[in-house]
Amino acid sequence: MLLRAQVLVCGGTGCLSSKSKQIKEAFVENIKALGLDNEIQVIQTGCFGLCERGPIVIVYPDQTFYSHVAVEDVPKICSEHLLKGRIYEPKAYKEATADELAKIKSFGEVGFYNKQLRIALRNCGVINPFDINEAIGKNAYQALGKCLTEYTPVEVIDIIKKSGLRGRGGGGFPTGLKWELCAKNHADQKYVICNADEGDPGAFMDRSVLEGDPHSVIEAMAIAGYAIGATMGYVYIRAEYPVAVERLEFAIKQAREYGLLGKDIFGSGFDFDIDVRLGAGAFVCGEETALIASIEGERGMPRNKPPFPALKGLWGKPTIINNVETLANVPVIILNGWEWFSSIGTEKSKGTKVFALGGKIKNTGLVEIPMGTTLREVIYDIGGGCPNGKAFKAVQTGGPSGGCLTAKHLDTPIDYDNLTALGSMMGSGGMIVMDENNCMVDVARFFLDFTVDESCGKCTPCREGTKRMLEILNKIIHGQGTLEDITALEELAHMIKDSSLCGLGQSAPNPVLSTLANFRDEYIAHVVDKKCPAGVCKALLTYVVTDACIGCTKCKRNCPADAITGEVRQKHYIDPTKCIKCGSCIQGCPKGAIIVK
Amino acid sequence: MKTLEELKKIREEAANKINLRTAKNGYRIVVGMATCGITAGARPVLAAFVDQVAAKHLDNVTVTQVGCIGECAVEPIVEVYDTEGNRTIYAEVHEPDVETIINEHIMGGKVVIEKTIEVIKSKKEEVL
Repeated sequence: MLLRAQVLVCGGTGCLSSKSKQIKEAFVENIKALGLDNEIQVIQTGCFGLCERGPIVIVYPDQTFYSHVAVEDVPKICSEHLLKGRIYEPKAYKEATADELAKIKSFGEVGFYNKQLRIALRNCGVINPFDINEAIGKNAYQALGKCLTEYTPVEVIDIIKKSGLRGRGGGGFPTGLKWELCAKNHADQKYVICNADEGDPGAFMDRSVLEGDPHSVIEAMAIAGYAIGATMGYVYIRAEYPVAVERLEFAIKQAREYGLLGKDIFGSGFDFDIDVRLGAGAFVCGEETALIASIEGERGMPRNKPPFPALKGLWGKPTIINNVETLANVPVIILNGWEWFSSIGTEKSKGTKVFALGGKIKNTGLVEIPMGTTLREVIYDIGGGCPNGKAFKAVQTGGPSGGCLTAKHLDTPIDYDNLTALGSMMGSGGMIVMDENNCMVDVARFFLDFTVDESCGKCTPCREGTKRMLEILNKIIHGQGTLEDITALEELAHMIKDSSLCGLGQSAPNPVLSTLANFRDEYIAHVVDKKCPAGVCKALLTYVVTDACIGCTKCKRNCPADAITGEVRQKHYIDPTKCIKCGSCIQGCPKGAIIVK
Repeated sequence: MKTLEELKKIREEAANKINLRTAKNGYRIVVGMATCGITAGARPVLAAFVDQVAAKHLDNVTVTQVGCIGECAVEPIVEVYDTEGNRTIYAEVHEPDVETIINEHIMGGKVVIEKTIEVIKSKKEEVL
């Protein structure tokens, strides 16, 4: 009998860590036990995107969407759904967006997905990344074939240029122009590098593309090689992405076996091969010259530009460096035409962008939206808004290089130029939502702490400057800041931006500058009133017992620091000098009589 | 692999397998597969539908299963939904009937009157 159903189990890193491998094995076992193994197939795919609800299982052809699946649920799903055709309701997905309807949704109906346009993620969660045939079934390597047999390298570059594709890794440089600059430089050897050194805290779209659809990147690198005249490509990927590395290496091996990499591809005389280089996970190695140094075996530190890598790159040869997500767009542009791609998006930002939606948001996960979608649509319609009825406060885009945007920016259409104009940036696509309980000074400190850690130390402004900024922020958070500190912070920030060597230092002050611009009153509250309005900075909090106290002595017994005094049936008192602000008194109080000021 | 034709061949073979995972907008054939349906022989019927749909390259047709449809006495029951959501219920569908339903209804757009639940039930009443 032919296959009548397929069970797709998410095999992205997120779901794998919640035992999706065991879930897949349990499906195989149970289906076999029911004698259905010749009619139902189980496939482990890449990331489905809605990581918040993982592990996710989708049953086709009826598109039933199961979320939060545990190994124990598998026998029930098999006996109820796969054998008897009844959806196993306890695990069927019910939407969690603004208009909460407790209705079972099929995959095609889930609001999280149907507002998205998946181009870079087109095959993630649809195909088995270990099966090159499935990728080919979804048109992989068709574009490469088309380029090699129908187009000249100049024509390929022209298509990419006209499509308006811009780099998805942060800078937003036009991809076609980058290719053209490199193609014009003559050399005996050129290189194509795929930058998979994804380092923004919370961003994981490049990992997901490599885990879910590695062939799209391999194919695009070969197309890029043909366009610029390179025969060798490297994927620079961090070793802390073991699943992506395994699937990528397996895919490269399969592509070689099929003759889609190697000598004389499609009989066109064009040779291309790819090697994988593992990075140790330094944030600075996402910067292209530092990345090149790291591949060459040097310490990963940036150098001055020019000369740009398009002229003098890897081992002194002309090199192009494209980010994973950028490359994943290339084959579709070739197949569907530049007119199609440039019809999506805004005037200067074409196509789609993948965002890793995280923080205080209901639907945490990976979303791909057309450029020009507003922040509001992403946060409320797709993300479902802030959980627990909390008020939205800010959204941070662009990771440690980006900035915070507020409620008044929510209707901004997302594109490169709009975000930059507002003092943030597209970056690689981290999007962290914050609610009323987030302290913006603390958020700025978090990102700065990250860049201080990741600064390579080569140039003084970044090495010393960011460290001084962090010291000032720590002072403010501990209630020892002054108004002069805020001025000094701003001055330092501008100086570091202007004088740092590479993008890391030039953008490191952005989180501070944008929170200062949009939430200055919070900084003032910290230094003048010595208060943290969001109630986050511990040193600025005071725990007080109100008159609602009935003297039950519970808080006194709970307090680990013996900071609470008081007799039975008498109002209690917290000694602020002894209080360690652990909050255990609040948790225990039956009357809600303890408040934080 | 050295030619585009070889790639095309692999693509067609694989596409058939992946086709199950793409949303379709044509007819939807639903086979009742509760205990009663399975006992009455719904499983080979479901298999026959899947085979026929693939053999005839009806890429836009979904074949799926549901639980108990309710009229256990006339199982196996098969429902066919057209693109406008109109429902035709067939009863006592056995393997030989599958090809007739595919040919006449799915491909020809004509309901197989003699296998509809109404006709089957009225025949039964006549016997009683």
